[in-house]
Parts: sequence; C-alpha cells; structure tokens
Amino acid sequence: MIEAPDEVADLVPDDVPYSVPWRVATLVHRVRETATAMTLELDVPGWRGAMAGQHVDVRLTAEDGYSAQRSYSLASPASMGMPVMGAASERIALTVQVVDDGEVSPYLTEDLEVGDQIELRGPIGNWFVWHPTDTRPVQLVAGGSGLVPLMSMARTHAACGSSAPMRLLVSVRTPADALYADELDRLGPGVEVTRVWTRSGPPAWPGPVGRVSPAQLAASGFAPDDSPRVFVCGPTAFVEAVADALVDLGHDPDLIRTERFGPTGT
Amino acid sequence: MAIVSRGFRGKRATDPRLPPGQYLEGGFPVLSAGPTPRADLATWTFSITGSGTTRGSWTWAELQALPADDIVKDIHCVTKWTKLDSAWRGVSLDTLLDAVEIDPEEQFALAHCDGGYTTNVPLADLRGGKAWIAYGYDGAPLRPEHGGPARLLIPHLYFWKSAKWVRSIDLSPSDTYGFWEKLGYHAYGDPWKEQRYWGD
Repeated sequence: MIEAPDEVADLVPDDVPYSVPWRVATLVHRVRETATAMTLELDVPGWRGAMAGQHVDVRLTAEDGYSAQRSYSLASPASMGMPVMGAASERIALTVQVVDDGEVSPYLTEDLEVGDQIELRGPIGNWFVWHPTDTRPVQLVAGGSGLVPLMSMARTHAACGSSAPMRLLVSVRTPADALYADELDRLGPGVEVTRVWTRSGPPAWPGPVGRVSPAQLAASGFAPDDSPRVFVCGPTAFVEAVADALVDLGHDPDLIRTERFGPTGT
Repeated sequence: MAIVSRGFRGKRATDPRLPPGQYLEGGFPVLSAGPTPRADLATWTFSITGSGTTRGSWTWAELQALPADDIVKDIHCVTKWTKLDSAWRGVSLDTLLDAVEIDPEEQFALAHCDGGYTTNVPLADLRGGKAWIAYGYDGAPLRPEHGGPARLLIPHLYFWKSAKWVRSIDLSPSDTYGFWEKLGYHAYGDPWKEQRYWGD
C-alpha cells in the first residue's frame, strides 16, 4: 500500500498546515547543460527549503496580463530539515529542458537574463522525495531529463554524507544530450552510476546501445532482496517499462515511486 | 501583483473552456505515484461501503451489464494540462449509488484503488450526472496506464480526483483526506477556482 507519511496521516480537512504562496525569484546565474537544457540558479526571498525530488511551479506574465504556468524539478540538493546544509538558504537551481514548441521553456532557457525576475511557488510534491535520514538502499533510474529530481537526491546524498548505498542508472539518447555528465563522474563513493545510451554512446563505448533492459536493471541495480527504495523518473513509456520490469524482477511495488515527464502520444 | 516577464508573449492558445493557469494538451499524459497495478478481471469487483459494511458490490461482468453512458468532457490535470473533449464510456455513479442504501449523514466519500491510492470527494459531487466509473476511452477499453480496467471520472474536479484503478468508494459522515490531499494538494480541487494546493 502506498501510504502518506505518518506526520500527515491524521490530517483532517480544514486543518491545513501551510499554504504555498507565489514568490518573486531573481536569476543570479545560468549554466548551459546541453544544447537544449539550461540550469537556472535563482534567489528566492522567503524560500523555506525543499526536500530532494520536489518541484516548483513557475509563472510568466506578459505585459498585458496574460500568464502561463509550468512545473520544473529542483536540481539543487535538499535544504529542508537539514541544519548542516543551511536551512535558511534562499538559493535554488532548476534545470529546464526545452520542449519543442513549448510556451515557457524557450523563454526560461533563451530569453531570461541574469537579474530578471520570475514568479514561482513551491516546493510541490511530497511523495517523490528521498529523505537523507533513510538508510535503506536507494535505486535511482533516470530517463532523459527525468534525471533532474534524481540529481537533487544524489547531490543531497553527497552533501550530507549519507551512508545509504545509492545507485543511479541514467538512460540518455547520446552523450550530447547528457545532463551533469562531469558531475556524475565525480559523485564519488556511495553513489554508483551506470550509463545507458539509447541511440549512440561515446567513442569506444564498450557497452550495448539501446533502451534499458530488464537484464541491465538486474545487473546494475540492487537486488529485490536488498529491498531498495526505487525512484523512477522520465518519459511515460520509459517509466512504465522500467517500473513494470522492476516488478517482474521481484521488487516490491510499494517501494517504487514514479514521476513522469512530458506528454505522451496516446 | 504579478511580475511582468520582459518580452514574454506566450502562445495565447486561449479557449473559454481553459481554466486559469492551464494549457491545452493534445496528447494524454500519464501521471501516477507508482507502478501500474495488474488487475485480474475474473476476481475484480467494485464496491460501495460505509461504516464497515458493504452496501453494494459488482463483478466486472455485472458492471458491464449496467446501462453505460458515452461521456465527452474536458479534463484538467493539476500539473497544468487540459485536454478538451475527451471521450469516455462508463457507468454513472448515480446508477450505482441509487442501488444501495445510504445513511443521510454519509455526505463524504473516499475512493480506494489498487496500489493503495485514495482520494476524497463530497458525495454530492458524485451525484447528478457528474461522475462515472469509466472503463472505456476513445472507443477502446481503458488502458492500464490510464487507470484501466476502471477508474473514477469526475471531470469537474482536477484529474487526481478521477482515481485510477478504483475498487471501492467508502461513505462516511466525516471527510477524510486521500493520498494527494494529505501530501499538500487541495481537499476539493475545483480547477475554475484554481484550488491546486493547500491554502489555495
């Protein structure tokens, strides 16, 4: 059974512990990750922190009042409930993947300049989160830009020196599409990274090229007997295939949490 | 007081059927919190319960034998997409609720699903031709990733209320938060009032 955490399990309507106000965020730095992805570092006065895996809603407003909202995952490590990391930090990072024919992502990645302001509210999503107090093995499985919230988890793991064994399987089309490539090489002890290239690998890539297979999940991931907590994020077809394969391999469905990116053609 | 984003124009795909903060989506995105459950139609049932008793229960065959509606409605996901004119087939909750005994004090419903998902909705929102147990989509059986074999369909509320893989509805004199409602999402979820999160 999927169950909400104990601390909110007894919540009753009309007993709402907090609201999620819109805040003004200022772009302080941008980092180009790939030809189609940009990391935005934003200062958000009043930001109360986030858990690893959460997202924010961004709102853009035109001069005549027309506005559009979209959700983006936080790439920065958790800053909530972790005094060693400075719970008061008001700096966050979002990694935005340009959506073909998108409305908000092209503006965020191409037009927004350092010093510009946007509105955002969050953090949102209290389910697809990893808590660094959890010592259970953690299996992360990322497809494409689905890596972003999982990177927040890996960065949180590194930043607080978690002893939980963590493995990250990253499925990417080609090396040119790979987010955080150098950082993944440097994540260091405690986080094992396995790469899968679905269209073409780097020069002299020794492994296979193609979609993540059940055999790869079995070979590179924790065994069902290790009872890992599993986070799968990516396009719908990827998430469906991976989650289904993990259940087939014997993983407990109740330990698998999923988040999907982007539309599907169905 | 909104901050104006310099140079932002947007796509302006406005439509009077689009609630505030939503955009038009041509596809049918999938969102769920975990793996897609595997249902066995031979043992599948849908039940209405209350105060620990079963008020009514239908096998898959019994549900299929009930009068069904063809439903064309706009659906609004809290993640911002809206899909216009989505075409469903299913049994009206009016048909099911009218077939069981309900205590007048039982004004709240909590839907339970395979996989453990729950969501709460006032009983009044399940009545009056506003909600269905849907098992068909776009002329075909509802696919598992979209909630098949059967899901709740409550199109006038954000789509997380249209619980996938629904198996029972529990009636109660008091309201109880469901899965997302405990995790920060609005208790009622009216897209026209933009009730996305706690406090909205």
